[in-house]
Amino acid sequence: MNAYVGTATSRVDGRAKVTGAAKYAGEFSANGLVHGFVVEASIPRGRIVRIDTDEALKVAGVLDVLTHANRPPLADKDDAWKDEVAPEGSPFRPLYDDRIKFNGQPIALVLAEEWETAKFAATLVRIDYEQDEFVTDLEAERGSANEMDKPHKPRGDAKAALAATGLRHEADYLLPTEHHNPMELFATTTVWDDGRLTVYDKTQGVQNVQKYLCSVFGKKPDEIRVLSPYVGGAFGSGLRPQYQVVLATMASLALKRSVRVVLTRQQMYGLGYRPMTIERVALGAGPDGTLDAITHEAIAMTSRYEDFSRNDTGWAEQLYKSPNTYFSHKLVDLDVATPCDMRAPGAATGVCALECAMDELAVALKLDPLELRLKCYSDRDQSEDLPYTSKQLRECYARGAEAFGWSRRDPTPRSMRDGKELVGWGMATGVWEALQMPVAVRIVLTANGHAEVSCAASDIGTGTYTIVAQVAADALGLPIENISVRLADSTLPQAPVEGGSWMAASSAHAVLAAAEDIRQELARLAKAMPDSPLADIDTHNVTLANGMIASNGKNAAAVSIADVMRHSNLERIEKEKLNEFAEDKSHARNTHSAVFAEVTVDEELGVIRVTRVVSAVAAGRILNTKTGRSQIMGSVVWGIGMALHEETQMDHRFGRIMNANIAEYHIPVNADIHDINVIFVDEPDERINKLGIKGLGEIGIVGVPAAIANAVYHATGKRIRRFPITLDKLLE
Amino acid sequence: MADTTIPEPIPINLVVNGERRALEIVPWTTLLDALRDRLELTGTKKGCDHGQCGACTVLVDGRRVNSCLTLAVMKDGAEITTIEGLARDGTLHPLQQAFIDHDAFQCGYCTPGQICSAAGLLAEGRARDADEIRELMSGNLCRCGAYPNIVAAIEQAMSRS
Amino acid sequence: MNNFDYSRASDVADAIRLLTADPGAKLIAGGTNLIDLMKENVERPSRLIDISRLPLRAIEETAGGGLRIGALVPNSDLAYHPFIEQRYPLLASAILAGASAQLRNMASVGGNLMQRTRCAYFYDTTTPCSKRSPGTGCSAMDGLNRNHAILGTSQFCIATNPSDMSVALAALGALVHIAGPSGQRSIALTDFHRLPGDKPHLDTNLGSGEIITAIELPPQTFVRNYSYLKIRDRLSYAFALVSVAAALELEGNAISEARLALGGVAHKPWRSLEAEAALRGKAATPDHFGHAADLLLQGATAGSHNGFKIELARRAIVRTLMQAASATPQSQAHKKIA
Repeated sequence: MNAYVGTATSRVDGRAKVTGAAKYAGEFSANGLVHGFVVEASIPRGRIVRIDTDEALKVAGVLDVLTHANRPPLADKDDAWKDEVAPEGSPFRPLYDDRIKFNGQPIALVLAEEWETAKFAATLVRIDYEQDEFVTDLEAERGSANEMDKPHKPRGDAKAALAATGLRHEADYLLPTEHHNPMELFATTTVWDDGRLTVYDKTQGVQNVQKYLCSVFGKKPDEIRVLSPYVGGAFGSGLRPQYQVVLATMASLALKRSVRVVLTRQQMYGLGYRPMTIERVALGAGPDGTLDAITHEAIAMTSRYEDFSRNDTGWAEQLYKSPNTYFSHKLVDLDVATPCDMRAPGAATGVCALECAMDELAVALKLDPLELRLKCYSDRDQSEDLPYTSKQLRECYARGAEAFGWSRRDPTPRSMRDGKELVGWGMATGVWEALQMPVAVRIVLTANGHAEVSCAASDIGTGTYTIVAQVAADALGLPIENISVRLADSTLPQAPVEGGSWMAASSAHAVLAAAEDIRQELARLAKAMPDSPLADIDTHNVTLANGMIASNGKNAAAVSIADVMRHSNLERIEKEKLNEFAEDKSHARNTHSAVFAEVTVDEELGVIRVTRVVSAVAAGRILNTKTGRSQIMGSVVWGIGMALHEETQMDHRFGRIMNANIAEYHIPVNADIHDINVIFVDEPDERINKLGIKGLGEIGIVGVPAAIANAVYHATGKRIRRFPITLDKLLE
Repeated sequence: MADTTIPEPIPINLVVNGERRALEIVPWTTLLDALRDRLELTGTKKGCDHGQCGACTVLVDGRRVNSCLTLAVMKDGAEITTIEGLARDGTLHPLQQAFIDHDAFQCGYCTPGQICSAAGLLAEGRARDADEIRELMSGNLCRCGAYPNIVAAIEQAMSRS
Repeated sequence: MNNFDYSRASDVADAIRLLTADPGAKLIAGGTNLIDLMKENVERPSRLIDISRLPLRAIEETAGGGLRIGALVPNSDLAYHPFIEQRYPLLASAILAGASAQLRNMASVGGNLMQRTRCAYFYDTTTPCSKRSPGTGCSAMDGLNRNHAILGTSQFCIATNPSDMSVALAALGALVHIAGPSGQRSIALTDFHRLPGDKPHLDTNLGSGEIITAIELPPQTFVRNYSYLKIRDRLSYAFALVSVAAALELEGNAISEARLALGGVAHKPWRSLEAEAALRGKAATPDHFGHAADLLLQGATAGSHNGFKIELARRAIVRTLMQAASATPQSQAHKKIA
């Protein structure tokens, strides 16, 4: 019964969010709450010679100033600091010692009765540094890059093929550092209860944080509980435990009180980010537009203490047919904080470079860019030569092109105009993985026809509350109003961090699995009722619908669930189930998209407006067309920001980010956004999982920046390979 | 030697969502922090604390302002409307309902500011088409990128008011 | 934020008295810029003098046919005031190009004139900045200066004034009325802001103990041929890379009066009487506009990253003058540039 799955269901947490009732991490109160304010380093590398906290401690209401010199004990082994998504290396430890590893590193925490007092006293903490030589400029250090393990094995001889090919395009594309800038500030509130801590944290994974805190502070699992019922956006920035949760916990243990630490917007630039990456792409093709060779070499930045890298290269290999390929991924160690995942990590940047390069190749070949994609189209994953569980990318191209009106495009750059504006149409392909992870769900069905569904997974705005309620309502045959969903509490059944677009499929199937146990239990009980009309049923062949349990088949008998439970003297039935997906190495699992963008560019002034975007997405079955559409739309907005606006600017003389705010780090505002048409292409997929779900969190951004850059080229004849495309680059 | 004394609190009165609230407040306290920390009205959000995002938007004497750049002492006697004061007797304000209908948010963090800002926009009566809504709502950032849905929600509320 | 005392001024004289008594004191009205800078510890006033309740909110016609605008009129009230919308649409348009609806509701006219630069180094107390800490040098000179000044710079400072409203006021020939310990005086808006010279910490020529009481607009209104064009890195809620206020009086296609001012390019709104004079008596053609642009941009110099601004400004000037000449002023909501 699908009353809800696949429909445009409004968010079940909508009312809480529009009335201000939804509470975020920094909004929980506690008796005697202490406020912490972070003091951060102003040099990128060196040592703290002296921290003078005397004046800060004199301020009335200041309780303590924690530094590396007086902090409570912390674990001293790297393993203890490694969370479930930590990269290789030695994780950052806040207030651990006197070493400065990046500008903006937390070095003290001022604790006071009032937030304003702590913030004031923080200005009175004096620090003397011994500064070491430092480097923060990826482009300048490009030559010192170190090869990571080969992300994909080469095929054929790409070098020779490129040398021999009829037509070759090769270029560097430069994607700058970007910061997630979720609207909510990173925050933690700890509630102290006689040695036990309840921690409200801004995180994408409460169990990840809980395990991490226990390990860092040497606590038993039942001494720390972590919750994040609402998360004000994260986009990857909350995958790893961030330093404010360590500081708040540390302060709570030191003072034996409840503590709140909220970072400033500026301090959030000392967390993770999308690393600046230089992407070198070379494509060789025959005159007919078939590829001879693809090489993609990425050079990205990381910190000196951890090797963060993602798959920037390799999307090309999977997507397009080519007999010869070569990929490499290099890292440059800099005196900066470790990068982290940011919406479609690797793909947003890598596919941007690839799809710009494909556009340049199409121009060189005098082929329509869409036609080039179709010539290189592959129904099999080229990297492993595997079939896909489903791949409706061809349909995405067709539906997207039709909705956009692509066939009316004049291929000549600068050929389309509207008064003083040049009009450009560009397109690109998007691809992401369809991942799924083990998740457990508990369902408690009560005799009054209500069910509580609970799981440790987070809803970071992605709609997890809503899809869990939808799947549960359908599986239990109840109206969605009768389902209450509890999420993001570390004491609830197991879930991984919410990321990688895996949570929809993973949580939905866990709900199905737990609901299946409930159904079988009900069937067993119904069968055992005296004079049961269901006495002869197969307990595996029943349906729950409209508050009834019914045997499948025509004119089948049915009994109300309430009656079954009453007869069985049961107030509640509780089932918890861990769902794991069978490993299937025989197929590739991906989502795809075709993105078409229209820009107008003022010919004289270079002002760019993105007037239309069509994003046709093939991502299996869409659980909720309303929230799903919003996710893609929001991703397109991200893509517009990536193409035109976003860039973290560092002054390498100081090793310091100079636009650490959201006035000068530009993200799109309402006036920047116009028509965004989201098309979900039908993509039945019976192999990937029972419901055919693939996930939507990342796919929407992939390809968007390239489609816009390609449109800007089509409008102006100028190829901008250094993102973002600001108007000065068009005036050059 | 720096001055380590902290300022003396000053008594003020605010009428918050129709209710008179007496406060002793240190002058450096912003209206935003007074609402969130002192009155426990956490519906008003802190997203930047510098007037760059609009998450803290409330109505002061009927006008939308950034409460993060407003000192509470300076608003002694003012009428403040926050997101908690928009619904009447459990019935959502038309903008609140429209935001749900159009899925005009994802994470929900900018939402109270968007809705209060939109309430101010409706009262101003200056937005006549979608472009004017976009421009006059550009002081409210939404990182989830719900802008087209926000515009649609405001158009719905506008057409029904 | 530092510790400060708070006083509410009872009238203008009281404000002047409080200001004079405490050299570290600052006036506060809308607070949109001052509170921001106090949170960054860039501004550390010993006392805030709250003038927000002073009776400086009137918009009145002057005997000479102009308009007198109280210093505490909120920016939005000014932009939407019928007198401004109908008689000084250039000013209304410039105000609406700035900040956000919320900030315009808060910010006062006087405060808008007093807003400080958005230079990132000025804001970051860990970096040298002669405007913030006299004598420490200019970090922007050899740093990130893509949005810095191209006109009127000095070796000590290349910061820009971020106001949009002031650009229109400069073009319109506004007067600033000031009250102070030694009485009242008025100065032209174009003389109100300073160039950085060797004292970049001084943004304006306001003396100690002085307070802006009103802005006066002269009778000439430019109701038909005007435009305010702001070019920025996103389509709203961002500071100008370059902005242009242009106003013309036309007789047929001949220019009888021209006004032209630039924003985002200097430490003050940039106006050149020579450029305007060159337009008078000429036909409204792109060539003449280009010549005026060249005159207005005379002496422009670029740093390492802001060279594009010179050509951008030139093109923007010509375009804005064309918009003004054809009576198709730039809409601040509809982003297509006519």
